[in-house]
Amino acid sequence: MRYIAHFIVLFGFWLLLTLDLSANNLIVGAVSALLVSAYFGRFFMRGYRKVFHPHRYFWFIVYLFIFIWECVKANFDVAYRVLHPAMPIKPGIVKVRLELKTNIARTLLANSITMTPGTITVDIIDDFIYIHWIYVSSTDPEVYGKKVSGRFEKYLKLIFE
Amino acid sequence: MSSTAIISLVFLIIGLLFNLFGCIGLIRLPDVYNRLQSATKCVTLGTCSILLSLIFYFGFNDTGVKALIAIPLLFFSATVAAHALVRGSYFFGIKMGEGSVKDDYKEQADIEEQKHQDHEVS
Amino acid sequence: MNTFLHVILYAQILLCFFCLYRVVRGPTIPDRMVGIDIFGILVVGICAILTIMTGRTFIIDIGIAWIILSFIGTLTLAKYLSKKKLNE
Repeated sequence: MRYIAHFIVLFGFWLLLTLDLSANNLIVGAVSALLVSAYFGRFFMRGYRKVFHPHRYFWFIVYLFIFIWECVKANFDVAYRVLHPAMPIKPGIVKVRLELKTNIARTLLANSITMTPGTITVDIIDDFIYIHWIYVSSTDPEVYGKKVSGRFEKYLKLIFE
Repeated sequence: MSSTAIISLVFLIIGLLFNLFGCIGLIRLPDVYNRLQSATKCVTLGTCSILLSLIFYFGFNDTGVKALIAIPLLFFSATVAAHALVRGSYFFGIKMGEGSVKDDYKEQADIEEQKHQDHEVS
Repeated sequence: MNTFLHVILYAQILLCFFCLYRVVRGPTIPDRMVGIDIFGILVVGICAILTIMTGRTFIIDIGIAWIILSFIGTLTLAKYLSKKKLNE
């Protein structure tokens, strides 16, 4: 079952990449996807049952829009800091507790944090995520924890867990 | 000039402006971590915007779909590369620049370093 | 349209020189690596602009391949920075 899900993902990617429905193309794509999924299928798709839940896709689209909005906001933030003559920066590395458990959700959270205003992920050790912040606005762990990861964490929890 | 060409031109100019902000940040900001912040965010979004203009220009054929695939690929590769560079430069021994307030990572990095040295000796 | 595209292409190439300034001037080694990383992303933008300018659609393939190659190169450099062996 895991192999079949992996095969479908690979074959869909091949079709998207070539966008051509002739017989030759389909056969080449199917054979290569079959070979790859036969060999590497055991490493991926640990929780393949989650692929078939429709509400996860709905939350994923909601998350995508929020993420794009944050991303654009981040860019104007950086532009403001760079073009300001005095450069208002106050950098530091802070430590925030994570509530997500699965690996893929953690990866996506780390990537999202890297693209949001003024923060970049340094490392994840056990249950803590270390974040370099360009303007540390408060020293209270509760406040900055909510500010940094609270927006994404609840949606990622709905998507992946 | 058709309307799709005008839309794609607007996206190109937006992307170019974001790239410009990122590169100015790369030159002006004081230390590695801050430079990486500004450069990664702005240049990634700017290049995504340029690729989006490609979709508007060519429509939904093979070139447009390839540009659409390139956007998530670029997003993931750029963020992971930035993360690896920050971590690497911390272990390389670059100090945080002047005016830094807080450093929670130091103790953990020391532990890792110690572990690595023990591994080297044994 | 073509004039605008030329101007945008030359501006993008100018931004590449900003990155090269950081590579040449950078006080420490990680600074130079940041410059190389950003340079790799800017080249993808140049590939996309060239695709629109010339109308030859294979250039975007070069862009996709360039993303992956630049990613692997940066990861290797970062591994070197953290003073570990490549197989760890």
